[in-house]
Amino acid sequence: MNYDQILNQRIQAVKPSGIRKFFDILEEMKDAISLGIGEPDFVTPWHIRDAGIYSLEKGYTKYTSNAGMAELRREIASYLNRRFGLHYNFANEIVVTVGGSEAIDLALRCLVNPGDEVIVPVPSFVCYGPLTSMAGGVPVYVETKAENEFRLMPKELRAAITPRTKALVLPYPCNPTGGIMERSDLEALAQVLEGTDIMIISDEIYAELTYGQHHVSPANLPELYDRTIVVNGFSKSHAMTGWRMGYVCGPEPVIRQMLKLHQFGIMSSPTVSQYAAIEAMRNGDHDIEKMREEYDGRRRYLVEGLRRIGLPCFEPKGAFYVFPDIRPTGLTSEEFCERFLMEEKVAVIPGSAFGPGGEGFVRCCYATGLKDIAEALTRMDNFLTNLKRKQARDGN
Amino acid sequence: MKKLLQLLEEDCTLTRDQLASMSGMTVEEVNAEIKRYEEEKIVLGYKAIIDWDSTDREAVTALIEVSITPQRGEGFDRIAERIYQYDEVESVYLMSGAFDLTVIISGRTLKEVAQFVSQRLAPLEGVTGTATHFILKKYKEKHLIFEKQAPGEREFIFV
Repeated sequence: MNYDQILNQRIQAVKPSGIRKFFDILEEMKDAISLGIGEPDFVTPWHIRDAGIYSLEKGYTKYTSNAGMAELRREIASYLNRRFGLHYNFANEIVVTVGGSEAIDLALRCLVNPGDEVIVPVPSFVCYGPLTSMAGGVPVYVETKAENEFRLMPKELRAAITPRTKALVLPYPCNPTGGIMERSDLEALAQVLEGTDIMIISDEIYAELTYGQHHVSPANLPELYDRTIVVNGFSKSHAMTGWRMGYVCGPEPVIRQMLKLHQFGIMSSPTVSQYAAIEAMRNGDHDIEKMREEYDGRRRYLVEGLRRIGLPCFEPKGAFYVFPDIRPTGLTSEEFCERFLMEEKVAVIPGSAFGPGGEGFVRCCYATGLKDIAEALTRMDNFLTNLKRKQARDGN
Repeated sequence: MKKLLQLLEEDCTLTRDQLASMSGMTVEEVNAEIKRYEEEKIVLGYKAIIDWDSTDREAVTALIEVSITPQRGEGFDRIAERIYQYDEVESVYLMSGAFDLTVIISGRTLKEVAQFVSQRLAPLEGVTGTATHFILKKYKEKHLIFEKQAPGEREFIFV
């Protein structure tokens, strides 16, 4: 069998992640510290786990309706209204998905015709480009800049728009940069989009993790509401990554098509997870605040620590990542991460893994205990001191 | 953002640098604030929570419900004070409900604790009754779980 011939060309053209090799090294290493994995270190709050367990005890193990249980969709609608001032009708504007990732895939596949372009600000989470390609589209990467705190600027958006532009992905609060978009930033983009039919896929999975200000969704702006698909989920807000619970909201005609695709590919999201999610929506706001406070303390400590040892970084206002500038070291981000891991046994992720524009930066995730963060900073300090010494010696 | 007191309550081993970063204060402000807390007895002390059952040391803890007759002009405070002066007494709380004081005492042996109750506590003037409950196993104290749980291994995933 000639599998290269047989297999779909688009998926074969997708480059495998370069991060895998770090994880392979890390798996072998004892006493390594990882600031690499972008997932909450908290266990799902007990009352949410308990609701899942209770549903199993009761024998609620069947499929649910395709869009997800009406009770859960009602709770999601009420949550979005309560927390973000968003208005969606539970009956026909919300679908419960298998994580936010499925929602992104659905949105892209329901929007993109062959050859359509999708604008993806980078550095950002890695899925948008490959999923666009698999949908037959062409990802158009726009490099956001550290000096703009990695916001998407109207000028950058305007330059990327062509007659083939179908959609714009807005991955804010942003993994890996920690950048956010404020209302005024979104208003500026709205002016650029005015008069076009460009849809926005707003990936708001980190919406609850903003520091110092509330998250603003493009769907909060009346002028953007009709063109916005909101993707969100429970993984980051309620520490529920393994439950695979996400949802998507948007205009009814769009959601109707997405539901068809979801129905064929998934049927319905896991029932046990849906029961847990209902509890999370009903009684979980307090957990969110608690975890956010905890992340915020670590964020402040890590940013100050990195600055103190000589790595410039802008203050991330969202998600749980710090994205320091490692250009002063003269290393590429991949070299930096590889040497840091081998010499000091700390894993951070090269910015280059998050698309063009990430080179020169590394992503440090602070969803890990403060003691590990403190130790990682000490080791980072050692690493930089040794590096400078070596570079001075080699230079002479 | 967490307040300094909250951070201290959760983990008093945090360094002054860490406390400063996490509370958004300067190290000088943190030092001054902690000094004030200590002087004003807002922070009473800093202690470790130890699972003595995991060590060789024998330890027995009992929770005693104490009923008392309040004294004129002093209420319950005078008797509570006479009770908490004993070194064996870990905690004393004034309660609502069926009895008046909860007294938690610890000793080396069951006998030691029983003797304290019968010889020191029960005979005190104003104490009208005691009910002693020995603590058999501690599961959780101050939000800390005693069982040695293996942390759920994090699988490597690129997110």
